[in-house]
Amino acid sequence: MSNSADGIFFLTGKDFTNAGAASSNLKGILENMGVRPEIIRRAAIAAFEAEMNVIIYAVAGMMHYFINDEMIKVILQDMGPGIESIELAMKEGYSTAPDYIREMGFGSGMGLPNIKKSTDELKVNSIVGEGTTLEFIIYLNKTA
Amino acid sequence: MKLEEIKEILGAVIISKSDGLDINIMRAYCADLMSDVLAFSITNSLLITHLTNAQVIRTSEVADIKAIVFVQGKRPDIETIALADGKRIPLLVTDFSMFDTCGRLYEKGLRSQSDTDF
Repeated sequence: MSNSADGIFFLTGKDFTNAGAASSNLKGILENMGVRPEIIRRAAIAAFEAEMNVIIYAVAGMMHYFINDEMIKVILQDMGPGIESIELAMKEGYSTAPDYIREMGFGSGMGLPNIKKSTDELKVNSIVGEGTTLEFIIYLNKTA
Repeated sequence: MKLEEIKEILGAVIISKSDGLDINIMRAYCADLMSDVLAFSITNSLLITHLTNAQVIRTSEVADIKAIVFVQGKRPDIETIALADGKRIPLLVTDFSMFDTCGRLYEKGLRSQSDTDF
């Protein structure tokens, strides 16, 4: 594989019909580029969890992706409530999700821990009342 | 184990268009928490779940789940079935409970992971 790609997907809060479509598209792009399946799975899982966070909590957001020979970098920016304590949000099982989200199988407090587990680098910046930016990197030639 | 055999064991009906009964299922994972599916399932597994919403299909696509069995006679709506058809993920419905579904498949040799998967 020797190529690069980048692009943006727009995400709409509470649009559960299309929730996951951006990550699905990203997965397809990585498959077409010939990235190794185990790397694709990690990227798709991290992107999907992050996308669901935007859909569940924010009004709207964007998923930017940058792929080159060395890494996959994904940045999600949202206009949402922000995260009061990133330290708490990183804890397995900690969740502020309402019941109807839990009934969909999400909101169990595993989103950010799953993203951390699937990626090589993770940065989360959040301002309460404004929004959250989440950035992760997966290196193509390194196993987690 | 062929999906066809799983269908027989569970007395299940196939509700998607995907004619994938010939596919080989090596592993199974059972959960109603989609984050657990993402975190712990093995690639190319069968997913056994009560949940029937679109997120189950999206999660399955992302986690490389090969087929889904809905237990307790639960059926997804038309849109969700169409989404699965588009992703070529076969959907089965069994009247057995989660416990009995897993038990029957385990009895016939299906496992969540092998020693070499760890």
